[in-house]
Amino acid sequence: MESSTEQARNVMQSPRSPSSQPYLSASVTDPVKLGNGVQAYISYRVITKTNLPEYQGPEKIVIRRYSDFVWLRDRLFDKYKGVFVPPLPEKSAVEKFRFSAEFIEMRRAALDIFVNRIASHPELQQSEDLRTFLQADEEFTFLFQTMERFRFQETGIFNKKPADFMQMFRDVQSKVSDAVLGKEKPVEETTPEYEKLKHYIFELENHLAEAQKHAYRLVKRHRELGQSLLDFGKAVKLLGACEGEPTGKLFSDLGTKSELVSIKLQKEAQQVLMNFEEPLKDYVRYVQSIKEINLDKLMLTRSDKVGEAEIEYREMKAESEEATIRFERIVKRMNEEIVRFQEQKTEEMGVAFHQFAKGQARLANGIGDAWRALLPKLEAASSA
Amino acid sequence: MMGSENADGFEETNLNVPKEEMENLVLNGDGTGDVNGDSSNSAYRSAVSTLSTAHDPLSPLPTVLTPADSDPLTAPSSYIEPPSYADVIFSPFDETSDSEINGGEDSSLSPDSLSRSPSSSSSDYIKITVSNPQKEQETSNSIVGGNTYITYQITTRTNLPDFGVSESSVRRRFRDVVTLADRLAESYRGFCIPPRPDKSVVESQVMQKQEFVEQRRVALEKYLRRLSAHPVIRKSDELKVFLQVQGKLPLPMSTDVASRMLDGAVKLPKQLFGEGGASAVPVHEVVQPARGGRDLLRLFKELRQSVSNDWGGSKPAVVEEDKEFLEKKEKMLDLEQQIINSSQQAESLVKAQQDMGETMGELGLAFIKLTKFENEEAVFNSQRTRATDMKNLATAAVKASRFYRELNSQTVKHLDTLHEYLGMMMAVQGAFADRSSALLTVQTLLSELSSLQARAEKLEAASSKVFGGDKSRIRKIEELKETIKVTEDAKNVAIREYERIKDNNRSEVERLDGERRADFMNMMKGFVVNQVGYAEKISNVWARAAEETSQYDRERQSS
Repeated sequence: MESSTEQARNVMQSPRSPSSQPYLSASVTDPVKLGNGVQAYISYRVITKTNLPEYQGPEKIVIRRYSDFVWLRDRLFDKYKGVFVPPLPEKSAVEKFRFSAEFIEMRRAALDIFVNRIASHPELQQSEDLRTFLQADEEFTFLFQTMERFRFQETGIFNKKPADFMQMFRDVQSKVSDAVLGKEKPVEETTPEYEKLKHYIFELENHLAEAQKHAYRLVKRHRELGQSLLDFGKAVKLLGACEGEPTGKLFSDLGTKSELVSIKLQKEAQQVLMNFEEPLKDYVRYVQSIKEINLDKLMLTRSDKVGEAEIEYREMKAESEEATIRFERIVKRMNEEIVRFQEQKTEEMGVAFHQFAKGQARLANGIGDAWRALLPKLEAASSA
Repeated sequence: MMGSENADGFEETNLNVPKEEMENLVLNGDGTGDVNGDSSNSAYRSAVSTLSTAHDPLSPLPTVLTPADSDPLTAPSSYIEPPSYADVIFSPFDETSDSEINGGEDSSLSPDSLSRSPSSSSSDYIKITVSNPQKEQETSNSIVGGNTYITYQITTRTNLPDFGVSESSVRRRFRDVVTLADRLAESYRGFCIPPRPDKSVVESQVMQKQEFVEQRRVALEKYLRRLSAHPVIRKSDELKVFLQVQGKLPLPMSTDVASRMLDGAVKLPKQLFGEGGASAVPVHEVVQPARGGRDLLRLFKELRQSVSNDWGGSKPAVVEEDKEFLEKKEKMLDLEQQIINSSQQAESLVKAQQDMGETMGELGLAFIKLTKFENEEAVFNSQRTRATDMKNLATAAVKASRFYRELNSQTVKHLDTLHEYLGMMMAVQGAFADRSSALLTVQTLLSELSSLQARAEKLEAASSKVFGGDKSRIRKIEELKETIKVTEDAKNVAIREYERIKDNNRSEVERLDGERRADFMNMMKGFVVNQVGYAEKISNVWARAAEETSQYDRERQSS
């Protein structure tokens, strides 16, 4: 039984569905390293397949880099308040790791999921910014982004006019004095539902982070066990070389098997990383990005109100009512998002768990078979 | 025919093992248990029957799934009908393997079952336990009292006729063990005598008293068991006396180095100035290697001899044979090196398995906490579903973790053979050293003899020139001839001793080679059977979890 989320996604994203059905799907592929030295970066091909009229044709390919994805997310985050905008994979801090095949592949897969989640979100999929991202050619994007950067810069600290600073100070001042005088009433502006959600999200993050930490360690353990079996295999082979028959041959076979099992473990380590640890990490990111929303919402509403300290009471009241309406709308949206999110996560985690269990079973079977193959010889030798 | 093994592994996991073969492998008594006579078979069988009645939801037959499903993870389980290796593997009754050390059930290889050569009849039986350490005090006349020391209770159960009594119990301190070891080394030159536990002076200062005493108790038990496993040494008087005589150990103690040095210093002038036949090595002492202190002069002579040997000086006939011996020695050194290496890698392997089990368990626990959390906070059904999914995963992870830990404790026991043989290699080196030092004694005496004879000839030549005889020279010649005779005798004794040691070496090395072969094969078999058994168990656990989450199988559902 598919959930509504799945149904929506399947309909929208399957190019094989009848052409009358609207669909939009994107894939992030072909990572290529460009540039030199410190300036080097990875670019990806983003292929969009759609029959939506707003888009330029059934298929379009553009080249994007990580910062472009960041731009898209920031835009969506600003415009669609209350929506759980899908999270991005982290910017890698470790220089050495940045261009490893593993990292590049993991990032590509994560970016692919990112775009598709947006494309299958009922509200976000209609975003103009998404269209720009998926369609705009390089020059256009460059200009567009540069303009955006300028705009953002204007609101940055260094471009502020003195009057603006005064306003900011007053905002902070009144906020502080409210707090000091006990006039701050954040509770009023939040609902018990909201608080419960906030508590849930915070707690959930802790639990998930711990699970993810152990999942990551488990990947390492697979690798370590693999390595130790490899070394053990080599050592017993050398030992076998010292011994006469039949012990010598047996040790040699044992060593070979040990090396084989080691390979299986290394392979599984990679699978666990991609199909289990990464989804868990993604879950953590998602929850963290939801946390961001909460705080932002609170700040927004508050500063809206606080900044109006100078305006007359009537206006202030109107503003405040407007803010409350806005806030309530956001909360409503968030509640819808929560339902969606929970369903989505149950599905995604279910898949991850299933793959993990299957992988572990496969590994154990493979290991058992490998060792079992030695037994007839061992049996024959010891009864001789 | 075994399932084909590709480098990729995962795909071809058909277990086309004929059922009869599987059953034979399991029901064969020497399969996995220790082979310590009849007792092992019954122990093995009772353990197996305990297992099959054990309340473990996973040990009975895994469910046979739809035949159309050729999914590798489920197919093999359905091919394995009991008995599978999963049933053969011993689950320790408790996590620790201490029960074995304290003379409890031997579930697998243990130090006292190292000898499984077909020559020892299965009715021979000797079992030694070391226990009950206690503090005692030396009797002393001083006000402060004497030193305190630890004694251990050593209990022996045996049916060997030499021992007379079937059970005996004595108290011994570590110093007695050193004495025993030294006397054995003297009496059994050329034999591969298991090395005794270290004196561990540093450790005894640094470690916690209790920990150190326990460590020593374990080491003593291992040592005594090894001694009793040696077919020749187990019949020695020294060992018998050690194990049976109450009260003070009636073996001559090894004196400490200082007093030996003093003895040597006293003797040296006599030796140097040739008092009577004292410059020659006393015949009976020829049988022992030169010990520092007491035989300084002999030590110097033998040292000079070995140097001249190295520099290609006088080459007595004996050197010829040494080539074969040297080759064997080289081989043994090489073997020792590889055993050391393998033993180290085995330790790493054990650690890696341990870590895997631990982390798997921690993962399981983290998910259990998550499950609880989601259930408590659940607002939507999707949360409850997810909580259930997590619980399935967590349960599987915790079970797998337990199996990894069990696998590991068994692995430790099997691979322990490698560690055991480190000790045996030392014993071999000791036997070779006995031979070398005996040879050196022979060579020293030979060259001593030849130089004495040369001197005698010179004297005779000189005195014959003097008409009417040279009274003082003639007397000297006579004395010299005496010395030569004594040295001749000593040389003959030394040669006999050398030959004897060579024989001991040969038979010991042969015996050990055979034992080592058997022990290593058992080790490999035990290790592999263990791995197979637990791989099956772990696979079952995960197959079940996969089934419980099968609604998320995207591969199957791709339209």
